[in-house]
Amino acid sequence: MSAEQLAGLSDLFVVAAVLLYVVSMVGFAMELAFGRFRPGKAAALGADAQRQAVKQPVAVGAAGSGGEGADASSAEQPGASEAAGQPRGAIRAGTVALALAWLGWAANLAAIVTRGLAVERWPWGNMYEFVVAICFAAVSAFLGTQLRHNVRFLGAFVMVTAALGLGLAVKFFYTAAGPVVPALNSYWIAIHVTAAIISSGLLTMAGVAGILYLIRGDGLSRLPTREDLERVAHRAIVFAFPLWTFAVIAGALWADRAWGRYWGWDPKEVWSFITWVAYAAYLHARVTAGWRGRAATIVQLVAFACLLFNLIGVNIFISGLHSYADVGN
Amino acid sequence: MSVQELEKEQSPNQAGFGLTAWLRWGWRTLTSMKTALILLFLLALGSVPGSLVPQRGVEPDKVARLYEQNPTLAEWYDRFQLFEVFTSTWFAAVYLLLFTSLIGCIVPRTATYLRELRRKPPAAPKHLSRLPHAAAFEGDLGVEEAARRLRKLRFRVVTGDGWVSAEKGYLRETGNLFFHIALLGILLAIGAGSLYGYRGNVLVVEGDGFANTVAAYDRYIPGSQVSAESLEPFSLQLTDFKVSYQVEGDKRGQALDYSAHLKVNDSPGAPTRDFELKVNTPLEVNGTQVYLIGNGYAPVFKVTDGKGQVAFEGAVPCLIEDKPTMTSGCVVKAPDAQPSQLGFLLRFLPTSVPLTDGTYASAFPDELNPEVQLVGAFSGDLGLRSGRPQSVYELAPPEVMKKLKPLVMGSNVPKPLAAGQSIDLPEGAGKLEFVGVKEWMTLQIAYDPGRVPALVFAAVAVVAIALSLMIRRRRVFVRVKEGGTVEVGGLTRTEGSAAGFAEEFADIVKVLSAGEKDVR
Ligand code: HEM
Repeated sequence: MSAEQLAGLSDLFVVAAVLLYVVSMVGFAMELAFGRFRPGKAAALGADAQRQAVKQPVAVGAAGSGGEGADASSAEQPGASEAAGQPRGAIRAGTVALALAWLGWAANLAAIVTRGLAVERWPWGNMYEFVVAICFAAVSAFLGTQLRHNVRFLGAFVMVTAALGLGLAVKFFYTAAGPVVPALNSYWIAIHVTAAIISSGLLTMAGVAGILYLIRGDGLSRLPTREDLERVAHRAIVFAFPLWTFAVIAGALWADRAWGRYWGWDPKEVWSFITWVAYAAYLHARVTAGWRGRAATIVQLVAFACLLFNLIGVNIFISGLHSYADVGN
Repeated sequence: MSVQELEKEQSPNQAGFGLTAWLRWGWRTLTSMKTALILLFLLALGSVPGSLVPQRGVEPDKVARLYEQNPTLAEWYDRFQLFEVFTSTWFAAVYLLLFTSLIGCIVPRTATYLRELRRKPPAAPKHLSRLPHAAAFEGDLGVEEAARRLRKLRFRVVTGDGWVSAEKGYLRETGNLFFHIALLGILLAIGAGSLYGYRGNVLVVEGDGFANTVAAYDRYIPGSQVSAESLEPFSLQLTDFKVSYQVEGDKRGQALDYSAHLKVNDSPGAPTRDFELKVNTPLEVNGTQVYLIGNGYAPVFKVTDGKGQVAFEGAVPCLIEDKPTMTSGCVVKAPDAQPSQLGFLLRFLPTSVPLTDGTYASAFPDELNPEVQLVGAFSGDLGLRSGRPQSVYELAPPEVMKKLKPLVMGSNVPKPLAAGQSIDLPEGAGKLEFVGVKEWMTLQIAYDPGRVPALVFAAVAVVAIALSLMIRRRRVFVRVKEGGTVEVGGLTRTEGSAAGFAEEFADIVKVLSAGEKDVR
């Protein structure tokens, strides 16, 4: 296949991914809409009952096959213990939505791979490619988490974010397949940008959970409890923060090779730093008395806003050395 | 080292009103988590203007433009040091407070940590079934055997009468401490770099050379502890500069690769070596880095004066006026010309094409059809001997320009010259010949003794923060009851990580309850 055909195919895959994400979002939304209401506090279950739920499968596992040992974790997982109580239609809608999300994920992956083959380099050399990759990372973060813990309740919101992100990329950032400027022609793009993309994907998922946390009151709601939402967000950030630290440092190493200094307060560097400090503040807020919960979530969302501004705003509004800035060129 | 411990903030009133009490209260407040949190916020907030207001160190020309366009605003910016946010006193105040707070945090935590390291796990509680994770099974597991199996799982173990207590995950605190210490290290490395390092820029034309001395730089920014003699004594010569461009498609005209062929002498007596300098592959000489950061054209001109003598011959680096086509503006000065000095303003077109309105423009950045267009020729005193420094990119300051006599200007601008062509000036004032084209490159040369230590600390920080966030501290207890019942209980000491532990706990119980042969 020629490079043009591959590039054309990549564009088609992006469109397919958007459509699949949208349909999947509808499915997840239906699951939520027809789902059961949940009380505001996990504590409503009763502390004893909860501990019981944890303990029993372990005891069974120890005495018998042991295979069910893993159930112990899902009992603590958001929503899992309640899944049994959901109406069948809602569950079915959620299952279909999950399958569609996987299909959309595959299309998104195919779009990235074909683009990479078409341009014969790492396919994240400009804003368009970067945003497509971040959407892929966010969906991967969601689906990857879903493999181990039930976080289906996030589905609708992750899907809408990914669909909007891809739509935005196609509409405003589209850049025809082509070579990159010499400064981007380095193996560091594989290291630095990949780390930035993966951590951005995880942080996007955390951001979605944080927004839901604020939307959901403490009362009865179809959304999972605030504790569950916060746990999902915290865990994603715990994974993403070291990775983001690494991405920033890899960026400094690259700058050291390309620009003659490892840190020069270029706008992108400034905002990566701000984002990093803001997430560090979130981690500190979590262990500071009186900040856990709502206040920490707000800190998290401020940090997420910094991340988004760095990914998009800096490229559009502030000129700097980072060559990504050639939006729609 | 619980959070509560760190949070403990005694008000000075309770401790009396003495100076020491106030000092102690101040120190406690400074090193409290809440203060650290606020300082982190201030640090982030303080960085924001650094990206919105042009910075002197990064974009000096933009700062100058702001001074021209809006002097009042610029002055206010300057008053708050907003043109140099990251070296301003207020920014320094925030990060110095933060790092003082950090030290105040690290020292007591290190002490606690060292004590913890040596401390044995506590005795098993009486009723293991009350722990967050608990299980029981029938078996003939003895205390010794249970301890052995737990040790094999890399737990630190103590045993007692009918119980085993085990703990692991100490690397969590290790990671946390090392991360915070590494942050201090990075700050120190950056500080050392800016004191003992230097940075400079220089433009080199093909065929010319550069020797690393202060005088050779176009711009030189030394740290306060750098002496001119300490510069690494290398020299280099630019033999050839090449750029390749995309020739078709949407990205036509985009540069694909820059490469500068250098002959390098690492020290005055050293043998010459070849080096191909590219973007992303700097030249390194003993810790001093040489980077390729820019390029352009330097057409070669020959000026013959009114008396028929060669008044100037050489390459003239031109300023890029339009990056996509590399249309550049050049200035030629011939102060030796007789009977009066000559000056020329020219436009270099790397790929010259005629437009329908009779003018010429460059259609491509590569030198496919290089031509030079004479924009203006002047005679008269260029003011070079006035002693005032003058830019090589400017013919003369405005007040001098006014006194020059225009020979060629405006409507009588002739057709562009191709290489080898020349143009005779009116009134027998002389002749300008466009001889050929060379290229120039700009180099950044930097020496930063802090960069390797900074890298080491950064690497430590990444590994340590990963350990700190991924590892959980956990305890497992075993009680062997009479009659063969074995109780196992477990807990994590890390908030928010209980979920993942359930699986591990189940595995531990499996290992404990399995028969001898099943144990790995
Ligand atoms: C440059 C600024 C700082 C950064 C980037 C930073 C970053 C971090 C990070 C990422 C964590 C991990 C959080 C977790 O374990 O969940 C952490 C933990 C911690 N930090 Fe900092 N920190 C900074 C300054 C400080 C200061 C000034 C203090 C002292 C007041 C401090 C005290 C702590 C403590 C006590 C923990 C442990 C929390 C725990 O064990 O859960 N940090 N820090």
